[in-house]
Amino acid sequence: MFLINCPYCGERDQQEFKAGGEAHIERPKQPTELSDDEWAEYLFMRKNIKGVQFERWNHAHGCRKWFNMVRDTSNDEIKAIYKMGEKPPSQ
Amino acid sequence: MTKNLRVKSSEYIDETNRISFKFNGKTYHGFKGDTLASALLANDVHLVGRSFKYHRPRGIMTSGSEEPNAIVQVNPGTNRTEPNVRATEVEIYEGLEASSQNCWPSVEFDIGGINNFLSPFFPAGFYYKTFMWPASFWEKYEFFIRHSAGLGKSPTTTDPDIYDHRNVHCDVLVVGAGISGIMAAKNAAKNNFKTLLVEEKNELGGSTIYENNEFNKIDNKAPSEWLKKEIEELKNIKNLEIKTRTSVAAYHQYNYLLARENLTDHLEAKDKTNKIRQRLLKIRAKKVILATGALERPLIFNNNDRPGIMLSSAIKKYSEFYGVACGSKNVFFTNNDSAYESAISLYNKGINVEAIIDIREQSESKIVKKVKEAGIKIYWSHSIVDTTGYKRLNSISIMKLSNDGTSVTGSKISISCDCLGVAGGWTPAVHLYTQSGSKLKFDEEKKVFLPNHNTSEQISVGSCGGDFKIDEIIKNLNQKLKDTLNINETDLDSIKVEIDQENSKRNIWLLPSDKPIGKTKPFVDYQNDATAKDIKLALREGFRSIEHVKRYTTTGMGTDQGKLGNMHALGIIADTAGVKMGELGTTTFRPPYTPLTFGTIVGRNVGKFFDVFRRTPMNDWHVENKAEFENVGQWKRAWYYPINGETMHQAVQRESKAARESAGILDASTLGKIDIQGSDASEFLNRVYTNAWSKLAIGKCRYGLMLNEDGMVYDDGVTTRLGENHYIMTTTTGGAANVLGKLEDYLQTEWPELDVYLTSVTDHYATTSLCGPNSKKILKKIIPDLDLSDENFPHMSFKESKIGNIQCRIMRISFTGEHSYEINVQASYGKDLWQKCIEAGKEFNITPYGTETMHLLRAEKGFIIVGQDTDGTMTPIDLQMDWIVSKKKYDFIGKRSLYRSDTMREDRKQLVGLLTDDPNIVLEEGAQIVSELNQSPVEMLGHVTSSYFSPNLKKSIALAVVRGGKDMMGKKLFVPMENKNINVTVANPVFYDEKNERLNA
Ligand SMILES: [Zn+2]
Repeated sequence: MFLINCPYCGERDQQEFKAGGEAHIERPKQPTELSDDEWAEYLFMRKNIKGVQFERWNHAHGCRKWFNMVRDTSNDEIKAIYKMGEKPPSQ
Repeated sequence: MTKNLRVKSSEYIDETNRISFKFNGKTYHGFKGDTLASALLANDVHLVGRSFKYHRPRGIMTSGSEEPNAIVQVNPGTNRTEPNVRATEVEIYEGLEASSQNCWPSVEFDIGGINNFLSPFFPAGFYYKTFMWPASFWEKYEFFIRHSAGLGKSPTTTDPDIYDHRNVHCDVLVVGAGISGIMAAKNAAKNNFKTLLVEEKNELGGSTIYENNEFNKIDNKAPSEWLKKEIEELKNIKNLEIKTRTSVAAYHQYNYLLARENLTDHLEAKDKTNKIRQRLLKIRAKKVILATGALERPLIFNNNDRPGIMLSSAIKKYSEFYGVACGSKNVFFTNNDSAYESAISLYNKGINVEAIIDIREQSESKIVKKVKEAGIKIYWSHSIVDTTGYKRLNSISIMKLSNDGTSVTGSKISISCDCLGVAGGWTPAVHLYTQSGSKLKFDEEKKVFLPNHNTSEQISVGSCGGDFKIDEIIKNLNQKLKDTLNINETDLDSIKVEIDQENSKRNIWLLPSDKPIGKTKPFVDYQNDATAKDIKLALREGFRSIEHVKRYTTTGMGTDQGKLGNMHALGIIADTAGVKMGELGTTTFRPPYTPLTFGTIVGRNVGKFFDVFRRTPMNDWHVENKAEFENVGQWKRAWYYPINGETMHQAVQRESKAARESAGILDASTLGKIDIQGSDASEFLNRVYTNAWSKLAIGKCRYGLMLNEDGMVYDDGVTTRLGENHYIMTTTTGGAANVLGKLEDYLQTEWPELDVYLTSVTDHYATTSLCGPNSKKILKKIIPDLDLSDENFPHMSFKESKIGNIQCRIMRISFTGEHSYEINVQASYGKDLWQKCIEAGKEFNITPYGTETMHLLRAEKGFIIVGQDTDGTMTPIDLQMDWIVSKKKYDFIGKRSLYRSDTMREDRKQLVGLLTDDPNIVLEEGAQIVSELNQSPVEMLGHVTSSYFSPNLKKSIALAVVRGGKDMMGKKLFVPMENKNINVTVANPVFYDEKNERLNA
């Protein structure tokens, strides 16, 4: 059970949060222009890294805000948390 | 005849408080302070159970939570019964009853014991090899296995006890109250850290509290005397909380630990009532100090599992702490000095020790000399090659070990004995440490896994950290405390320790016998009956990974998770495969460290509180009118309203007819409702629904279909435009929370530029749906001033009005195909409105209907239910709902996916109607559909998703998804069932009123 520091509410138990998969995958602005392969790349392809991973999280049972998290999946160390739209910290 | 083996009195046993208890139906006596194990041993009872696979007689092996054998059923046949309890952890009380497990008809005569003689036929992987074929027989095998094995019995009646959960926050959590834990907690608390010390046993002090060895001194005192003084001082320390009978079950990341505090298990029945039995502590600690100690290892030799064979350290504890002699003719078998300490302990209490068998060449420590002086015979370089005694050990045979330790030589010596203490060295209890995610390293010299890489703020102190000698423990503990607590001085700085402990040890994982390995029974995992032979067989059969060997042989997979034998299993694998133990790695220790009751896990969340449930404002009316309820998500929804003993079918047929012929009323309050506001609300709806929303006039309603980005139908519902920048969206009952979450996700992460605000108002409104040709007349009675003409209030439009003083929102929308209205009022007026409708509808025989009738009516119209007729693989095109997918809109969620090669396939499963050739046969939902009967294997074309007998059409109707079904209109297909094949014809899914004439009826 992590303790997650919601950028809007502060530190809360993991139970209040929902994980939302890989971060920084932007929805294509012009989906109709994309080939099947390009669309599939956006739609289906997600990294599953052992190590430092950029993820989306949602404070689902709190402020309902989405934010980004940098987490080391090998030991669950949370390295950084930042708001949507903010630049990811350099590694 | 029972013997009393109580020796000199112990300060931990209250001999003035005599307690009677029953074991396997027989009454015994013990004293306050005894465990079930110590009390049984005092009555000379060693045989307490049968092993799992071979049903071999087994006795008490240990004195703690690592016990693999003495597993009992406590209070059998009562509502407080609990299986798989370790006799070594049960504190006795007046009236306690316990019984053996794994034995039928009794522990003395056990039918399953025949497996022992058949054991050549029960090799490793026996279950996998035998019971997996033919697969259809598994059920029968399973019955046999479960019946004959019997892992205890679950209670069959309601648990009478109360359980609790508590959140605990502390600066320092110390796990284990041995010498290290006590000194760590004391110094942390003294330095103003809010400290919690937990100990699984009732008493503090660990093994040091009965350490009276004359050769070890702390500040010139016996270690036990010194520690008692320290414990006494704990009482006066602020910031320190001590919880005994509290066992840490799990250690998660971020120093989050779960511990079970046992509050009443040691009390008599009369004192248990109205008290919390067990409490789950959810602990968040800034720093964790693990002082979990070490577990003594047994030695692995032929027939090493007989009742009377125990850990040497356990024999010492029973003698020193409980004042119990485990045998009258004791022998020890060892590879290190620990057994000598146990032997001296017995000797000092006047208990007979016959001999010590030591696999080492020699040892020169003072304690060994003392044993020699006491006249106890020591056999150096000898090993036990066999033991005898079926229900109780009666002799051992020993032989001289070869220099390399792989064989025995010379002549066999037989020694008569009734108790054998085995000492194979010590294994640090690193279970919790590894659960936290921290990593171990194998110390090839000490032959132990030691903490190596900590992943949270934690330290391991004392023997769980690899320090076994008191001087090392004190010195390293001192340094670790200073480092982790960032303090300059501790109470440990001035402590003087004198010791005589030698670490000399000869490690042989599997001791040889004069018989070949195939003819011996050296048990590695006592609880699961895995022998060294099984492990070797697994390796011969090609298993290499320790995790695979573990599963194949079931080593370490019992309720004790192989706390005693795991190291030996690893050692034997390493030796056999010719690799270093460090290279093998260790298996994963998983929570819980010791089993937890379900009560502890669920706490107060039992019965009604197990899960939350939601009721609509009209619920009381439904209850008063005898509705049957169904669960929809967390909602309790009225399912149907039987009258005069109707069956569900009869009630639903009646309700369905009434709704079409006159008037029906449905509680639709559970539908999800999302209030959408903002200057970009229309644009937002354009993006999330498949159809166009910009041109929807204020006061109009529209049905919308929502897709996932993969093009599959996600949810549906009617959305109404209340104002220029204001909409109210309805969602399915079950999908409400997910839809809101999904919409928020897009708004916050993809389209933050949109000015849109979402608010869930599901609970704020109560919704009454009036339907049927007389619904208009009923509404007119309730709101006489509202113009209900089709011109003023047409289908798919909205009016804001008042019923008396109550503000209401009325949508003229229909999920049944009939003329109908959905009336929304503030939730608190919901029941009032409902009753007004019922009252006004009386002259029209208004009929309340539930979800089942709602489903039937919409199926007659071919309206889908997301989640019933769809399953996350259906596109709107598959549903033949092309009409709702805008061709003009540039983009919406899921649009691009509708043009993927896979979603454009013609042979996808598509929604169709099915009519049975015999109109009286109702298909089963989920039934498979095929086009051929006399073919094997036959292709499954699809399945039935909704099926009812329609009272309005007087025939059976069904919706189904069928591969390429769109082009099969009129085609004959088959639904093969167990006893018959049902002939069906593919039909238009709209069965009733295809031209929608009834909407304006
Ligand atoms: Zn928050």
